[in-house]
Amino acid sequence: MGLIFSFFTVVALGVIVFIGVKAADMRYLFGVIIPYAAFFAFLIGIIYRILQWARVPVPFRIPTTAGQGKSFPWIKQNTIDNPFTSIGVIIRMTLEVLLFRSLFRNTRAELRDGPKLSYGSTKWLWLGGLAFHYAFLIILIRHLRFFLEPVPLPIEIVEALDGFFQVGAPVLYITNLIFLGAVTFLFLRRVVIPQVRYISLAADYFPLFLIGAIGVTGVLMRYFLKTDVVGIKELTMGLITFSPVIPQTIGTIFYIHLFLVSALFAYFPMSKLMHMAGVFLSPTRNLANNNRAVMHVNPWNYPVKAHTYDEYEDEFRNVMKEAGLPVEKE
Amino acid sequence: MYNAGKIIIGIIIFVGLVTFPFIFAGGKATAKPDPKIDTPEILKMPENERKCVESKSFMKKEHMQLLNDWRDWVVRDGNTIYTNAEGKTFNMSLQNTCMKCHSNKKKFCDECHNYTAVKPYCWDCHIAPKEKES
Repeated sequence: MGLIFSFFTVVALGVIVFIGVKAADMRYLFGVIIPYAAFFAFLIGIIYRILQWARVPVPFRIPTTAGQGKSFPWIKQNTIDNPFTSIGVIIRMTLEVLLFRSLFRNTRAELRDGPKLSYGSTKWLWLGGLAFHYAFLIILIRHLRFFLEPVPLPIEIVEALDGFFQVGAPVLYITNLIFLGAVTFLFLRRVVIPQVRYISLAADYFPLFLIGAIGVTGVLMRYFLKTDVVGIKELTMGLITFSPVIPQTIGTIFYIHLFLVSALFAYFPMSKLMHMAGVFLSPTRNLANNNRAVMHVNPWNYPVKAHTYDEYEDEFRNVMKEAGLPVEKE
Repeated sequence: MYNAGKIIIGIIIFVGLVTFPFIFAGGKATAKPDPKIDTPEILKMPENERKCVESKSFMKKEHMQLLNDWRDWVVRDGNTIYTNAEGKTFNMSLQNTCMKCHSNKKKFCDECHNYTAVKPYCWDCHIAPKEKES
């Protein structure tokens, strides 16, 4: 259900632009107004979500302890997987964000004859996820050639490396293959594995289809349908410098690509894609395991009226003495 | 707000990254490329014969594909004659056919290629025409 709904939603998004540009000539709407609106929705939406999260009190520290914690001096501590200090936490977070180490620990449970339950390591999700995210990052960096003038050298270097094999003209980018392959893998994984399919919702399929469609339209535009790249850069630079222009030479495929990207940007803050910011705020990762060393004061504690033993004894000393009870002060 | 310092630093980094192109451009309009086809060789030709090997719209979209095909046909298949859509034949040669008319690499090729950061590897092997520095 979620799968079909998501698929046709993405198809509908494409058809809307096709009709809008071909029949109604709404180039200004799809080329200027919607991209600006989507960009601001993205920016404001993400900041709003982060501020909402920041308002939630930090709980008692609950870091996952994936290694030996700090103990006696002769027991070797795993300073990264069970960090005690902020530096350890920073290293753990950096590795988590850049290399997805918790996905690397992914295991699979299988029920075999016997009946026996067996667990095995499974790295495919980690590999697919890593390939997907890094290909996406490089594609994003490459696209900066449309948003910066003059194009800085680092971007040209990234582009040259991506087209290293010099296949065909325009040169084939390696990341385009990896990206489409990884998106396809992540989608098939949801459909083929019954347990994953059972927990997959429209909110899981929709971003996959949307990102896949962005990839496909991009590839179509670059290698097959081809459109006026110089015109596209005029349009993007117009947006960047707040003096929008709409060159008439740009093909419809570009507007479909741009609209799908706008949809992704606008959808981002209200979707699971917010894990981009959320990964930095995961309490099981970003807290040091120093529960026994550092006093945790519950943030929502109200002041408790306490009556200490000293005060108690002061109050009842005479009575206690009469009853023959020991007192600390005479 | 809890951990306000760290949260605000994070938000500033995020906003900085996302708005970087806007800041880099600084609101200044950039010059758009203006490729020139006013070389002496082209101007010598009568007005109605000033045509490239294929139509202008085809060349604009497909010149990279055409050059790539030409290379393969000449270097790998030994076929040196190209017949265009109108039946006219051309010698498939970047230096002798293309650059004969478009002798102004800087103002013709590089103008758009630089603008869109395209680095064709034609000139890894071919010798670029000598041009006067202007």
